[in-house]
Amino acid sequence: MKQIGNLNKAGKNNITIIIIMFLLCIAPVFLSDFRTNLLGKFVAFAILALGIDLIWGYTGILSLGHGVYFGIGAYCMAMYLKLEADGGKLPDFMSWSGRESLPWFWKPFEIAPVAVLMALVLPTLIALIIGYLTFKNRIKGVYFSILTQALSIIFVVLFVGQQEFTGGTNGITNFKTIFHFSLASGSTKLWLYYISVVFLLLAFFFCKFIINRRVGKVLIAIRDGENRARFSGYNPTIYKVFVYCISAALAGLAGAVYVPQVGIISPAEMGIVPSIEMVIWVAIGGRGSLNGAIIGAILVNLMKSGVSEKFPAVWSYFIGIAFVVVVIFMPSGLVGAFNKLKSKLKSIKINKSANPAEDKILME
Amino acid sequence: MSTYLLQIFNGVSVSSILMLAALGLAITFGLMKIINMAHGELIMIGAYVTYVIQNIFIQYFDKSIFSLYYIIALPGAFVVAALVGYLLEISIIKRLYGRPLDSLLATWGVSLILQQLARSIFGAPNVDVKSPAWLEGGLVLGGTQLPYKRLFIIGLVIACIAGVYIFLYRTAYGRKIRAVMQNRSMAQSLGINTRKVDSITFAMGAGLAGIAGGALTLLGSIGPTLGTNYIVDTFMVVVLGGVGRIVGTVTGSAAIGIGNTTFEFFTNASLGKVLVFLMVIIFLQWKPQGFFTINSRALDE
Amino acid sequence: MKKTWLALGLSISIALSALLGGCGSSTAAGSSASSASAAVSSEAAASSAETVSEDPIKVGILHSLSGTMAISEVSVKDAEMMAIEEINAAGGVLGRKIEPVVEDGASDWPKFAEKAKKLLQNDKVATVFGCWTSASRKAVLPVFEENNGLLWYPVQYEGMESSPNIFYSGAAPNQQIVPAVEWLLQNKGKKFFLLGSDYVFPRTANKIIKAQLAAQGGELIAEEYTPLGHTDYSTIVNKIKAAKPDVVFNTLNGDSNVAFFKELKASGITSNDLTTCSVSVAEEEIRGIGADNMAGHLVSWNYYQTTDTPENKAFVEKYRAKYGADRVTDDPIEAAYINVYLWAEAVKKAGSTDTAKVKEAAKGLEFKAPEGTVKIEGENQHLWKPVRIGEVQPDGLIKEIWSTAQSVKPDPYLKSYDWAKGLSN
Repeated sequence: MKQIGNLNKAGKNNITIIIIMFLLCIAPVFLSDFRTNLLGKFVAFAILALGIDLIWGYTGILSLGHGVYFGIGAYCMAMYLKLEADGGKLPDFMSWSGRESLPWFWKPFEIAPVAVLMALVLPTLIALIIGYLTFKNRIKGVYFSILTQALSIIFVVLFVGQQEFTGGTNGITNFKTIFHFSLASGSTKLWLYYISVVFLLLAFFFCKFIINRRVGKVLIAIRDGENRARFSGYNPTIYKVFVYCISAALAGLAGAVYVPQVGIISPAEMGIVPSIEMVIWVAIGGRGSLNGAIIGAILVNLMKSGVSEKFPAVWSYFIGIAFVVVVIFMPSGLVGAFNKLKSKLKSIKINKSANPAEDKILME
Repeated sequence: MSTYLLQIFNGVSVSSILMLAALGLAITFGLMKIINMAHGELIMIGAYVTYVIQNIFIQYFDKSIFSLYYIIALPGAFVVAALVGYLLEISIIKRLYGRPLDSLLATWGVSLILQQLARSIFGAPNVDVKSPAWLEGGLVLGGTQLPYKRLFIIGLVIACIAGVYIFLYRTAYGRKIRAVMQNRSMAQSLGINTRKVDSITFAMGAGLAGIAGGALTLLGSIGPTLGTNYIVDTFMVVVLGGVGRIVGTVTGSAAIGIGNTTFEFFTNASLGKVLVFLMVIIFLQWKPQGFFTINSRALDE
Repeated sequence: MKKTWLALGLSISIALSALLGGCGSSTAAGSSASSASAAVSSEAAASSAETVSEDPIKVGILHSLSGTMAISEVSVKDAEMMAIEEINAAGGVLGRKIEPVVEDGASDWPKFAEKAKKLLQNDKVATVFGCWTSASRKAVLPVFEENNGLLWYPVQYEGMESSPNIFYSGAAPNQQIVPAVEWLLQNKGKKFFLLGSDYVFPRTANKIIKAQLAAQGGELIAEEYTPLGHTDYSTIVNKIKAAKPDVVFNTLNGDSNVAFFKELKASGITSNDLTTCSVSVAEEEIRGIGADNMAGHLVSWNYYQTTDTPENKAFVEKYRAKYGADRVTDDPIEAAYINVYLWAEAVKKAGSTDTAKVKEAAKGLEFKAPEGTVKIEGENQHLWKPVRIGEVQPDGLIKEIWSTAQSVKPDPYLKSYDWAKGLSN
């Protein structure tokens, strides 16, 4: 694979993340409850995008099955919410499907901390198994991408088919409370929003931490020349499995944060279409840049809901054209394009040897 | 007994349909390393071309020759889809060579646009293509009936594969294509216009998708999202079979098609699908390059 | 380097937690203030509704205009838009025009929930007409209950539901499936093959049918489900051939019907050899399947384009004049159309668009619909509807071959059937 991505100069993008976080923190003051709630959903997507950026932007592995990990995280949380909503009664879809009692694997999800933990652990475990097998067998590039597509189809068909355990196509919905706070109340929603922002921040620092370690350098080395990394004495399999698991855990976390805010999870969210869309957020924001992933996830979704509200009948045109244009003309995404623009401006300025005051502004 | 015989026939038939749908992909993906997510939409274009040609016959020609529309529709589907493929290549795909994963994302955008375009032109509901009278009914064989439509598709696939094979391996232009795909810079320095070869190859792959679309009108629905039903299965066929070899595509589609129908027969359709994909994943662990590979000493593909 | 990062990270997290704390304390104030303002605005809205004003009444329209479900839902949206235009042309409701706000659910259930929230909270629409699949209805149900909105749902469905915030104008199972099975048992045979897409409606419908067959002397031969978007029915048809049922009860969804009926015909099975009865195939779907592939097969609905009432003649004429002579009307299209009228009548009767008042006014409301006179059952907000079994004709229209003498009372939980005990709890 060709080297595409933003070479991350550690410590240079501090300003950007501070601005993003500041904007996210003050956003609810200016937005209606509905918009805040929507933004909270996009923040959950941004957590997921960080995970995809780690594996794709930094390691060069394109997973088209991240919807599965997102979905499993979301289902874990949804199972807890559903059990709490039904207060000891059997969830409605189980009784339609003719079940008399709660299946054993639903039982642990009555306890909230277990559900939250499982939302992280289960995706990681599945990623560990899949990742270990495929990376050990040196399946890479396009083959890996298509294999993950097959994985996502398998999960969707299974979840749809096992209606009595998963709610089928409908998914799991109709929640009432989270940790005994009413989901309908405005203050719970605001809390959920800020909790997602905090999780986003934590996820960001976690990713930053990984990238700035030697692990991160090895990951980039694998992206740019796997065999060279191998010949230098690193075992790419271990690193790839590691980053794949981290990325799956982040997706699971995103799912757990997503569900209480959106109020539904269905198998369709695990499918190929959402999985590709997730990758596209990162592509548009700028792969190989954590800021880019966050910006991409939030911006693309803002655009999507904005455009689809304005032009409900033909909005797919705009989205399709945007994808094509960004992938072709901005291979390193918005962040990359912005950096390019900045350095171009800088070089023009330097060539002109403008007055020092202007240079100072640029430095900031 | 006849049930089992018919089931074997069904396996062959489903394989042939997959083969037809995947043949174009085997060229664009197998030879050119372009992951064309809009392949399904090229199939859809082929189906809509068939629909349009049928309507032209209903409108302007006598009823007695209506059944002949299909003979015109298949080449028509090829030409139109190839044209769309050509335009796609010179506008978008040419900027994506060497970036297979990026080609996936960009063509995904293209597929969204094409779907919406179909919806704008033909309306959102499905449309109906009447099968030609000479394909109604079937061959009665020992108590079971083998539908002519399915026999026709099997024949069509054989013809298409033969055509592609002859074109690639027995013509001067085919030799050029193979040369470019194997070693681009060497071909270039020998004076082959690689840009032109790229466009023609991609157009050919697109055209084959168009033929598949024309054939699928005999069996399934014709609507804007027709292509989405086939896209993953066809990729699976190409990957399972091995990239870059037509014999791989044939084997891959036979494995998936017969696997699908057999599992579906003994279990149910959902479980059949899960089992087949699971086996593909397991098989790829064992042979990551699929059934057939082109041997290469290059370390980094 | 590492140190600076740690310091920065810590300071930011502290700053953030401080901010969060500040927000937390201001949260209560902020949210109470916002709820107060919401109360004020809703009061204002109520008062403006009472005094005749010039502002239009906003209503939401929420269907899939893209994605796989667009094949069915776009026509339903068209019918709703037409009804709104007609009502506006006749002077509107309470002296105000109706202004539709159209949103695309994009065949994606969480997207439906998002758009429903947007319509109710941001646009403050008086009511919403929308949804097709059960999954999308289930997705928006909590949103409507939370925001005390009103949804008018136009499609037949599997029952076992009755939300105080939804009006159901499609058939409940006892207005479509149950009478169809009863009729088939009496007229076509006892051996049933159940075929459906793998999702909630077919599975629940088949559960009901199995209980009914057991009680009424039918025999279940096989039950098959295919994934949504399944495209090859050769194996299923082979299984049907081997099982030799009297009746195939078909709950396949959308596209799959095309592949199934084309396959039946190609295998040489006609409606003379095998009775099939479909409950998700209406005139609109028949256009995509091809009338010659489906001629002679049976369907069960409450309304057909050929239904012989003066209201229907006018409706079909208007629909085709507006959207083209090649368009057809069918059951969900008609149900969507009358939904708008039912809401408008209820608003007129209530003198307000307030949810509680409209619901109260809607109880027992009668309306002369194209399918015949329908009545809103106050107890579960479903409609009293006539049931019709029809046969597909070679021109793609459906001929009624049997119908109930009177409208059937909706019974979404099948409480009035002894054999259905234990199906709902």
